[in-house]
Amino acid sequence: MIVTTALCKRYGAVEAVRSVDLDVREGDRYGLLGPNGSGKTTLVRMLLGLVYATSGEIEVLGRRMPRHAREVLPQVGALIEEPAAYPHLSGRANLALFDAAGPRGSAASGSSASGRRRRIEEALEQVGLGGVGRRPVRAYSLGMRQRLGLAAALIRRPRLLILDEPGNGLDPRGIRDLRELLVSLNGGGVTVFLSSHLLAEVEQLCTRVGVLDSGRLVLQDDLAALRAPTGRTVVDSPDADRVAAMLDGRVEHRDGQRLVVRHADPAGLNARLVGAGLRVSAIGSQQRTLEEIVLAVTGAGSDQVGGSP
Amino acid sequence: MALTCALPFVVAVFIAITHLTPPPGQGSAFLSAVLQDGELYPAAALALILPVFLPVAVAVVAGDSIAGEAAAGTLRYLLVRPVGRTRLLVAKLVSVIVYVLLVVLAVTFTAYATGVLLLGPSEAAAVGQPPAGSGGVVGPGGPAGPVPSAGLSAGGAVTSLSGAPLSLLQLTERIAGAIAFISVSMLGVAAIALFLSTITDSALGSALGALAALVASEILVTLNAATVVQPYLPTRYWLAWIDFFRQPVFWRDIQRGFGIQAVYVVVFLAAAWANFSTKDITA
Repeated sequence: MIVTTALCKRYGAVEAVRSVDLDVREGDRYGLLGPNGSGKTTLVRMLLGLVYATSGEIEVLGRRMPRHAREVLPQVGALIEEPAAYPHLSGRANLALFDAAGPRGSAASGSSASGRRRRIEEALEQVGLGGVGRRPVRAYSLGMRQRLGLAAALIRRPRLLILDEPGNGLDPRGIRDLRELLVSLNGGGVTVFLSSHLLAEVEQLCTRVGVLDSGRLVLQDDLAALRAPTGRTVVDSPDADRVAAMLDGRVEHRDGQRLVVRHADPAGLNARLVGAGLRVSAIGSQQRTLEEIVLAVTGAGSDQVGGSP
Repeated sequence: MALTCALPFVVAVFIAITHLTPPPGQGSAFLSAVLQDGELYPAAALALILPVFLPVAVAVVAGDSIAGEAAAGTLRYLLVRPVGRTRLLVAKLVSVIVYVLLVVLAVTFTAYATGVLLLGPSEAAAVGQPPAGSGGVVGPGGPAGPVPSAGLSAGGAVTSLSGAPLSLLQLTERIAGAIAFISVSMLGVAAIALFLSTITDSALGSALGALAALVASEILVTLNAATVVQPYLPTRYWLAWIDFFRQPVFWRDIQRGFGIQAVYVVVFLAAAWANFSTKDITA
């Protein structure tokens, strides 16, 4: 769906994106991670033809960008940084305006007046703004604006969603609604590509992640592969001292009642401990969190101004 | 737009109440003649708004066209619809042209109505009243018209600046010519502001930039030391439309004015297109 080859962008002396080979497959829920200033937004803008690459190639939906923007972009829904709307118009009027802009006839379906109205209502419904009245966008809350921006991305029933920080401004319920919406759209065949610095969000939503650091793609893999068990088991036990004594030599780390043991089979270990009369309150194979994975491969963000080298 | 129409209206009210007009050769063009002839007021109104009001309005609208969308964030969403960059620029240009025409026409019509209602249609000039208009209103380099004899001819027709009578048809034609000339002059302003609008993301910045260019031009036009560049300045022939109201029409400056504005329009629109179509949209 999205393939870039040795993609570079230079702003004057600053290399914002350095030789990125992005690979987003059909059906992915792809999360692009990275600290602030790592080049996420520049990369997203290049995919959409807003920023021109210094070198390298971009293919979106199998066509070269930005050359084939006219054919590609009608099938793409986008949210780029903050949502934007004309503040004096209602949400509906804004959607109608954005829907009317751009090539006609190429819309996925329903380019008739009633078809357009139906698609707008459907998009508002999807993002939870179905009951919004004639209020001008000026009076919307931050979360409502974000939902409206998402609705604008959905009106053309896109095959690919490119969302830059879609969770911004949403409250916990809004974030859960967004996650459910994206998962359901993805189930219907829409590929989702989003950038975020909210690791927990991406961890819960995405099937595949890429990590940008100082403009380089330092990691790109399926989340399941990244989070494969480490071959260690975490044991929580009130009898931690006796557990440690019994498994002497295989305990890698101890933190109060919590032990990290070199052992790949939690069920077998549990049976042994219980068989020896030791109480176990929790046991499971150790998995690295996305946070650990990302922090291991990235440096400090551009917004951190530290004195240490 | 309401503002540009309001100024001539207010001026007309004051003149109607006080019956005081600037003496011939002073003040804004045509103003000295309108007391005898309300039908000439559209021309006076255009002369009133041309130096400041109209360019400011046009620069603000054209300056806002791209930069305003960029600042509001809507530009990037329009472009990924996708709206082609050339297409967006053309659409903005068309809306600016429509705006210019609407303002000029609105001013003309309100001024005509105001002029006829408040100042009255042409009536016989009182004996001894100062003659209407004179060469004094002509811009630099313009010809000194023949000494005007009287405000009104026997037939009750409107009098040209040169003193010869104009029929209603002639007057309409000449006002149409003036409207065309002023609109083209304003397109020059619009092209400069539109170009600046593609450079910056600040609507205010591009409007002020265009106005700064015009003010600089106005200053150079009056500066003897700058004679060499004067024929090429955007505001040099702005007032040449007054020549439409001479008998016969004095074409030289009108043609030069059209020519120079055409060059400004073409050059700045080309620059705007070249810049906008290759620009990274980071706003």
